[in-house]
Amino acid sequence: MVDPILVTSGIKRYKGKWDREQVAHLLKRTMFGSCRADLDHFHKKSLKKAVKELIHTEYPVPGPPINNYNDDKFTDTEILPGADWTVARKFDGMNNGRRKNSFKSWWFGLMLNQDRSIREKMVLFWHNHFVTETNTVDNALFCYRYNVLLRKYALGNFRELVKAISLEPAMLRYLNGYASSKKAPDENYGRELQELFTVGKASDLKHVGIDAGFTGGTKPDAAGVRVGPETPHYTEEDVKAAARVLTGYTLNYKTFSSSFDPKRHDEGDKQFSSFYGSRLIAGKKGKDGADELDELLDMIFARDEVSRFICRKLYRFFIYHTIDDATEENVIVPLAKLFRKKKYEIAPVLEALFQSRHFFDPANYGCMIKSPVDFTVGLCREFNIAFPDVSDCEEQYGLWEQLRNQATGLQQNIGDPPNVAGWQAYYQEPEYDKLWISSDTLPKRNQFTDRMIGGGFARNGRKIVIDPLGFAAGMSDPANPDTLIAESVRGLYPTDLSAEQLQFIKTNILLSGLVGMSSDHYWTNAWQAYQDKPDDKGARNIVTTRLRSLYRHLMDLPEYQLM
Amino acid sequence: MKRRDFLRTTAPIVLFPSLINGLSVRALAESPVLNSIGHSLESDHVLVLVQLSGGNDGLNMVIPVEFYDAYHAARPNIAIPQARVLKLDGFDRTGLNPAMPELKDLFNREKLTIVQGVSYPHPDFSHFRATDIWLTGADTGQVLSTGWAGRYLNHEYPHFPEDYPNTAMPDPLAIQIGSLVSPVLQGPILTMGMAISNPGSFYDLLNDKAPAAPTSRAGDQIAYIREMAVKTDQYAGVIKAAAQKVTRQSDKYPAAGKNPLADQLKIVARLVAGGLRTKIYLVSMGGFDTHARQTEPDDTTTGNHAKLLAKLSEAIGAFQDDLQGLQVSGRVMGMTFSEFGRRIRSNASGGTDHGAAAPVLIFGDAVKPGIIGDNPSLPSNATVNDNVSMQYDFRSLYNTLLEKWFQADTFTTTSLLGKDFPVLPFV
Repeated sequence: MVDPILVTSGIKRYKGKWDREQVAHLLKRTMFGSCRADLDHFHKKSLKKAVKELIHTEYPVPGPPINNYNDDKFTDTEILPGADWTVARKFDGMNNGRRKNSFKSWWFGLMLNQDRSIREKMVLFWHNHFVTETNTVDNALFCYRYNVLLRKYALGNFRELVKAISLEPAMLRYLNGYASSKKAPDENYGRELQELFTVGKASDLKHVGIDAGFTGGTKPDAAGVRVGPETPHYTEEDVKAAARVLTGYTLNYKTFSSSFDPKRHDEGDKQFSSFYGSRLIAGKKGKDGADELDELLDMIFARDEVSRFICRKLYRFFIYHTIDDATEENVIVPLAKLFRKKKYEIAPVLEALFQSRHFFDPANYGCMIKSPVDFTVGLCREFNIAFPDVSDCEEQYGLWEQLRNQATGLQQNIGDPPNVAGWQAYYQEPEYDKLWISSDTLPKRNQFTDRMIGGGFARNGRKIVIDPLGFAAGMSDPANPDTLIAESVRGLYPTDLSAEQLQFIKTNILLSGLVGMSSDHYWTNAWQAYQDKPDDKGARNIVTTRLRSLYRHLMDLPEYQLM
Repeated sequence: MKRRDFLRTTAPIVLFPSLINGLSVRALAESPVLNSIGHSLESDHVLVLVQLSGGNDGLNMVIPVEFYDAYHAARPNIAIPQARVLKLDGFDRTGLNPAMPELKDLFNREKLTIVQGVSYPHPDFSHFRATDIWLTGADTGQVLSTGWAGRYLNHEYPHFPEDYPNTAMPDPLAIQIGSLVSPVLQGPILTMGMAISNPGSFYDLLNDKAPAAPTSRAGDQIAYIREMAVKTDQYAGVIKAAAQKVTRQSDKYPAAGKNPLADQLKIVARLVAGGLRTKIYLVSMGGFDTHARQTEPDDTTTGNHAKLLAKLSEAIGAFQDDLQGLQVSGRVMGMTFSEFGRRIRSNASGGTDHGAAAPVLIFGDAVKPGIIGDNPSLPSNATVNDNVSMQYDFRSLYNTLLEKWFQADTFTTTSLLGKDFPVLPFV
């Protein structure tokens, strides 16, 4: 899809207004939804302080997932109900699947209860980047530890993250590194390390006119991609050589850790192509063989493609799907330069991005389609939906799971992306995030919001459901229909509705067809009657019915799919 | 895709911006009543509900000529001059507002019935509460969350929404045209249905009119979502196909945009004649909350209320003419209703305040013509507290439509309406 308008703003510091609209834009992108309390909180600060708080605040490491999974077929004899199962040493067919489920629901809970931080969004970003699939990794503890690793490095140093993830049991298991030995080096990780995690595919090297060393190739296609035989890129030989460097790692299912086994390591020299400056990594003997990984990463990180590839990926995840020449030049290239200058520290790049004129360019408000996680978690956060607390962990996890299943139905199953490349919406040209919306998922999205404003989701008498009265009561003047609608729209949409649409909503929903300015008082009176007698069922019903219709309608409109 | 899915898909967005009402569907072939007679389109009865929002002044619509002096005394500033009242053949004691020549004509051609004094015990004077009572069929102190028509459809077509649409029931069970978000079709579980909120977008669909090209990144995303919504909406196809079968309609309709109710009814006629098996249509018009300057002071036959009644009359007149020309008038029955009537006595602002009972109009080839009930008795010195009193519970009308027009059995209607309200002789 061709970008409908040209956007030329770059990463210079944004110095424009800092109203709720800007705060909401920042929060919708860096957190899941922009809830009222967070809006109030950050609106009082400057943009600089807000971004700093979102990126640099240290929050305690979340507590581990617990046993919520005893049922009539299984009782965990090692881990008591409500207790941390990540200390367990026994993983078998009966407990492992239940623990994997517990892990995923726990993770969903972390997103729902996120701190005022970009951290959980970054965990999802890295999960989509360094994909593992729970189904394939299989061991619940590996899955949990992988998630902990992503959270630990989420805003840290990218090179260190690459090294850590390379040795992480879940990744060794997922891309077969644990089974790779000098006898039969498995190329899986050696390939993805370059293609998906650092350098990118040849076709990712678009705008190669900017990439140093480019000579020739095809003419740019519609998307600006130029690929040709002369495009500098790693070779199949580089994949094989990297695979040999990475031989020797094994998994220990007693300690649930990885280790380096020199006997399995290929001690020969590894020759890389001209793309890597014809680098030779000399084979090392014994335990020193493990040090070859550092050399490999040094060699890879010497390529500028790495910083550009990651900055593009961040851009697509946080800003907009299409990167045209102007964006490449004004945003990606300078960000990538900063990334290299900061020795691949992630935080400075995010700080620059979220304070940039480009981020606050009016063109970039509301231009992303919410991912299913943004859609479901964001709804709960924006409507301040209360979940059972930890004292009722079975219902708490159960309701987290129901919500997670909704996101899964909308085609984003956290912990299990469709493949090693992650969710298509983050990489598939030309549709990108439009892929979230299909003839299957659009109706499901509407059903989900209808249900949340209607009957809600229940488990053993505990229920999550939107409280339309509570939401409306948080507006500055809910008795005034214009204010109520305008603030509701601003609270739920990244963009405004037209005056005609606002009028339509007022007349046909809040006023039940009563027309003319003089009719506003009917709503005002109804709201006042409810305020005067909140326990009067009739008075309450009149406003509840109309507010439900209002919020149902707002969530049915396409604007609600955007962020 | 499950039925729930596609119903939901009835695109909240472009074409049907507010898909609202819950209905539930079962194949007509599975309906015991229709099963016994076999399906033919001719036997499909259609009900058109015409909601008049704001509280229509029944006394100035159906004028109690019989008590003209008391009528005039109670509202001298807005009373219709006796000489201008439209006469009804065979009913000298009652007449119509002069703004409604088409409805007078329909009455005299025995296609219109007037039911006098429709309300319910202890009427509520709040728009919202009274509207909810009428739409849900509740008692005055009772709060119901489902619409009366929604309950009927849910009963008649259980197991919604699985397996629909299907060959036996390819069409939406109910369609709401016009923008009012009304819970009348709200079923016990689902809160969705077919709504064509904007006649303009309906014609865009028929003409495959593409929306304007997006001019922003967000606009591009919205355009895509709208496009997907239309594609996903399986009803868009059947509606379009039905509408396209009808190429000529009555020339009695005013030009598009002049009379919103006429625009809505024109679509209803087109869809009925095009073969949709949809049972219930809801159309609406607003503006009846005439507290002030209801009529022009120097000529009470003109002014705001007269304009509203003229539109109502013109729209229904054209609609009936159209149905006849399209040869489907025998299948369609319509009913107007408003949340309440207005006070007997007018106020000093040349308007009327919220009242109680009011007449309801039933129209169609199949009505038993005439007037049911008496002219409201009016006190000789009406005070601000005097109201038109109830002669018929509004649920008697619902019950009559369900039992006599849709052939529902008494046991069913009693459970749907909470009580066995007497059937009235208008069908």
